Amino acid sequence: MLRFILRRILLVLPVLFGLTVIMFVIARVLPGDPVALAAGPNATQSEIAALAQEFGLDQPLWVQYWTYLTGLVQGDFGTSIFTRRPVAQDLATYLPATLELVFAALFLAIVIGIPAGLMAAVWRNRWPDYLSNILSVAAISMPRFFLGLLLQLCFAMWLMWLPLGGRFPIIFDPPQGVTGFYTIDALLQADWEGFVTACRYLALPAIAMSLSPLATILRMMRASTIEVMHQDYVTTARALGLSPRMIVFKYVLRNAISSSLTVIGLYFGWLLGGTVLVETVFDWPGVGLYATQAIVAQDFMPVVSVALVIGALFVTANIVIDVLYGVINPKVRYQ
Amino acid sequence: MTDATQVTRRSARAEALSRALYRFRQSRLSVVGATMVAFVLFFTLFGGILAPYPEHVAGGVDTAHRFAAPSLAHPFGTNELGQDVLSLVMAGTPVSVAAGFAVVFVGTVLGVIVGALAGFNGGWIDDVLMRFSDLMLTIPSLILAMAVAAALGPGFVNMIIAIALAWWPGYARLVRGEVLQAREEVYVAAARAIGASPARVLFRHILPNIVSPVIVKMSLDMGFAILTVAALGFIGIGVRPPTPEWGTLLSIARGYMPDFWWTAVFPGMAMFLAVFGFNLLGDGLRDVLDPRARR
Amino acid sequence: MTALLEIRDLHLSMHSYEGAARVLDGVSLRVNKGEIWGLVGETGCGKSVTGLSVSRLLRTPPAEYTRGEILLDGTDVLTLDERQMRSLRGRRVGMIFQDPTTNLNPAFRIGTQLIDVALAAARHDPAILGLGRGAGRRARVAAARKLAIAMLTEVGIPAAESRLDDYPHQFSGGMRQRVLIAMALIGRPDLLIADEPTTALDVSVQAQILALLKQMVAAHDMGVVLITHNLGVVAQTCTHVAVMYAGTIVEQGPIRDVLGDPAHPYTQALMRAIPTRDVARGALQGLAGSVPNLIHPPRGCRFAPRCALARPSCAQPPAVHERAPGHRVACPVVEEAQHA
Repeated sequence: MLRFILRRILLVLPVLFGLTVIMFVIARVLPGDPVALAAGPNATQSEIAALAQEFGLDQPLWVQYWTYLTGLVQGDFGTSIFTRRPVAQDLATYLPATLELVFAALFLAIVIGIPAGLMAAVWRNRWPDYLSNILSVAAISMPRFFLGLLLQLCFAMWLMWLPLGGRFPIIFDPPQGVTGFYTIDALLQADWEGFVTACRYLALPAIAMSLSPLATILRMMRASTIEVMHQDYVTTARALGLSPRMIVFKYVLRNAISSSLTVIGLYFGWLLGGTVLVETVFDWPGVGLYATQAIVAQDFMPVVSVALVIGALFVTANIVIDVLYGVINPKVRYQ
Repeated sequence: MTDATQVTRRSARAEALSRALYRFRQSRLSVVGATMVAFVLFFTLFGGILAPYPEHVAGGVDTAHRFAAPSLAHPFGTNELGQDVLSLVMAGTPVSVAAGFAVVFVGTVLGVIVGALAGFNGGWIDDVLMRFSDLMLTIPSLILAMAVAAALGPGFVNMIIAIALAWWPGYARLVRGEVLQAREEVYVAAARAIGASPARVLFRHILPNIVSPVIVKMSLDMGFAILTVAALGFIGIGVRPPTPEWGTLLSIARGYMPDFWWTAVFPGMAMFLAVFGFNLLGDGLRDVLDPRARR
Repeated sequence: MTALLEIRDLHLSMHSYEGAARVLDGVSLRVNKGEIWGLVGETGCGKSVTGLSVSRLLRTPPAEYTRGEILLDGTDVLTLDERQMRSLRGRRVGMIFQDPTTNLNPAFRIGTQLIDVALAAARHDPAILGLGRGAGRRARVAAARKLAIAMLTEVGIPAAESRLDDYPHQFSGGMRQRVLIAMALIGRPDLLIADEPTTALDVSVQAQILALLKQMVAAHDMGVVLITHNLGVVAQTCTHVAVMYAGTIVEQGPIRDVLGDPAHPYTQALMRAIPTRDVARGALQGLAGSVPNLIHPPRGCRFAPRCALARPSCAQPPAVHERAPGHRVACPVVEEAQHA
């Protein structure tokens, strides 16, 4: 098991290396003059040249890349040409917010999607199944940013139940702690009020993010449950008198979940990259908003680094999923 | 003898087609989807012409009637410039749909080329191309598209290039898998045995047989391509006003909520319904064309 | 005396896109305790469907029982609802299927699977666990575990207690089939239906599993329906045999009568297709033609289109003759030919 994990981690390194190369090339080969943009509309040629020199952007591409790479190894993600802040510092600020949002969305999607998919399969070709089918296609078709706006309109503006955006009221200090997740940190400190506040801010963006993965998990779970219910061992279980409830909730469930796990892993990466829109709508201070601002400003270091970090998290998530797969499916474990 | 085999082959094909149609009609949702897509395509072709206020589509403003609530004259209300929202939504259809089509098409062409090369040649070509595709898949596609679009500058074509760049690896993987499988089929071995050139084997024998899964993926992707186009518009990278585009309309309207909600809700609904239609249709097509996925 | 299992004139249709296939067309069979019935025939002749019908495991629709009854100790299972059926499955009727690899759930320890079956059976008959009605869950699980160990030991799995915590893939094919036999018998059923239990196994293992089945029948006083396409397996294991063709039983009776004196042309053809040591070179024969379309079956005798003895009168449903006590043949032509 440990060897399996170690080997997977070793295989990740070339992927991450390739990622930096691609992002670097894309950002540098494409037209656009980030230095001039950063220097401002009134900057003179010499000011622009000075800025380029300061950030090493006058060097050949491979030298710039080498500098970036050697920095990376030491945990230095470069410096934003726009804000002149180290990217690593920014990431440390924004990443927990994004992760909290993604985990919350994924939690909702799994907790609702798995049972709903199971039920859809059990009531296959009857009205709950048809309903869940229509709703899930609708959920996948719903633009997240539009859904976000609708949620804001209903629950924040008209009903005024929940805050419009942001992560915590500006006038209060957010919960501090090791995880950087406000909800978890508040819980760890038994700060109930802080926890409720954090949840209220988290609710709408998390719902907006969760709908599409929820629908996909539901459909995946439905399909794999139906497949499992056709397996011989289900016939045997039925033939030997086990109750339908036990067959579905014990024997079918575990087998069906293992194939849904892969989807959940893929969605983790998708969600990480997809927070951009929801973070924009809800002013959620995460890496998506950060990357958007950097992209608009053609501020290059943050974009490469965000892509790298998300890529790394995505790959890590897939390793975790593989390990979980082994836990649920004992046959894989011993191979 | 030849005649007879041809007749049976044709009737077998007709039989398969009638079965496929039967299955398609069996699922009411895909018929609904097809109808919705037909509407969307209708507005793609005629939306600009049928718009009740063509002058607003062209960029004209009517400040006297700013933020009029939905009424008979303006079923979707008017926006901050007094423009008729219905006209803008109708005129925005071709931009989104054409962009969606273009993205899927370019992505498919790139993906099929890469996937076919990799799957057909195997060996190191396969390794290199597939490692590269996998790498591209780990980059968050929206961020990649945004970065490329921002660097290329605003514009319809630039936006399509940007999104398609993030789009092809999925097709490459799909096509490679299918080609690998088809390569092992008996009819391919037979074609090789009678001395067909590799190019002929690839184009005449393999590619035609992997069309269905590609079409299924294309139809399922159409909706997502439209969403991505709108997302770029919403972020403010992509097509610029005054060209009406759903995502851009929504992003401007955002500032005028909740009082003038109609400026946001109607473009958003149009987007949702178009994508919904394509997704329902794609689901139906998958059930018909890709029997392996059916249950 | 009521038989353990009596199938009377069972008719079953399967509905599909092409139409209704008449899969069973008047199947009658009587199984008593202590008897091992071999149900033989080609793929698709309806033998598995017959077996599944006894436990009512076919989904209706697409299946539809159009006529006949299946009496289990005198009760017609076709009239029972799903809940009543469940109290019979595992408890009164045990089943074993073909492929031991796919019939055990790969994600659960075999102990868990055995214990669950035992607990389910004990809900209808607490005596199985040797406990009274009021026993608590913990006591029942402990008793079921003990029973599982005993059962595994009985079917010949060494170190049964330690193997309870193993997963199916840690067993060999033959051992898995033993586990499945233990699972089928843990509820102490009177009737065991074994659907091709040895087909997926190595030849050397086949004989062991068949021997085990025989031993289990003797030990537990059961009746068995052994479904197979292999006459050799029948000859080796069964006391009685019923030969099925295209949804009908063409010949049935004690093994000695049917195999020693096969009367129906189809049985004779099957016998000729078995390779034996003393068969002369070239004497081994296949059977020309293929199983008829069951959506539009031939009128009258379903075997007639492939039968060398077919004559115009075969377009009538064949009358059944009792050739010897219990030895029934659904072919009047053979009778007439022999009497003439």
